[in-house]
Amino acid sequence: MSRELDSIDRAILNRYQGDFPICERPYQAAAEIIGIPESELIRRLERMLEQKQLSRFGPMYHAERLGGGLSLCAMRIPEEQYDQVTEQINAFPEVAHNYARDHAFNMWFVLATETPERIGSVLDEIERHTGFRVYNMPKLQEFFIGLKFEV
Amino acid sequence: MTETQSTTLDELDRRIIVATQSGLPLVPEPFAAIATQVGSTSEEVMRRFQRMLESGIIRRIGAVPNHYTLGFKGNGMTVWDIPDDKIGHYGKLIGNLDFVSHAYQRPRHQPEWNYNLFAMVHGKDRQEVEQKVEKIAQLLGDDNRGHEILYSSRILKKTGLRLVSDK
Repeated sequence: MSRELDSIDRAILNRYQGDFPICERPYQAAAEIIGIPESELIRRLERMLEQKQLSRFGPMYHAERLGGGLSLCAMRIPEEQYDQVTEQINAFPEVAHNYARDHAFNMWFVLATETPERIGSVLDEIERHTGFRVYNMPKLQEFFIGLKFEV
Repeated sequence: MTETQSTTLDELDRRIIVATQSGLPLVPEPFAAIATQVGSTSEEVMRRFQRMLESGIIRRIGAVPNHYTLGFKGNGMTVWDIPDDKIGHYGKLIGNLDFVSHAYQRPRHQPEWNYNLFAMVHGKDRQEVEQKVEKIAQLLGDDNRGHEILYSSRILKKTGLRLVSDK
């Protein structure tokens, strides 16, 4: 049975969405700041991960700086062909996430490729397979990636 | 450094990334555990972490909260049509709002798609998302030439983003 966050869980989340120390015993160093034992911090993190209150604990890598290609793509698919096109698109290993959205642009997916040049060729292949246009919407500028989520 | 510029990673960096892209080991000495896995020492692994953090390859180290399970059931992808020459100004302003988790400039595809600014807005429910969107609209005033909220109705695929393959 999953349980709500208590005040210690919240203190951990509000303090450590970043700035987790790099040292031999980082959990001990962080636990000391929160005011709990190292083993309790580890146990609480395990529990929040299990209960999916955390999607991850660790380094958040900057995808574009690792040398690969990354883009958000949108498509407009008629209802009657939606399931079929979903299957075609999801079959591409380069499609990382795919979301249905309530809009004329009703399919939104993220492409991740080994090289930036591969994005264009995967888009062409998707258009050829499905017969529908892909609207490529890569990030041109990033303004903020949240580090301020208060719980 | 620009968004698309990549930084040279050597084989050890790549092994470290593969070992940690889904998380840090939850053991008292996580860097020693990673070192064993990648065939290095904890000192070297920590040095690599520090370097990747300084160069921006690692954005940050810590907890990644899941908005949805933490009670933010309303998550709207909001899209805005604002003058291109003011996007830097408004992008920063909107990106800094505490209910916005990501804000990006993306290309328009006119005439079908006129929006150039994307912002993820989080709220307890859709009503709260709409109130927050109204705040953004007020902030933009006459420079808001149109906006929409796109809610996700279904997750069609969700695999972890594999940043570096371990082949």
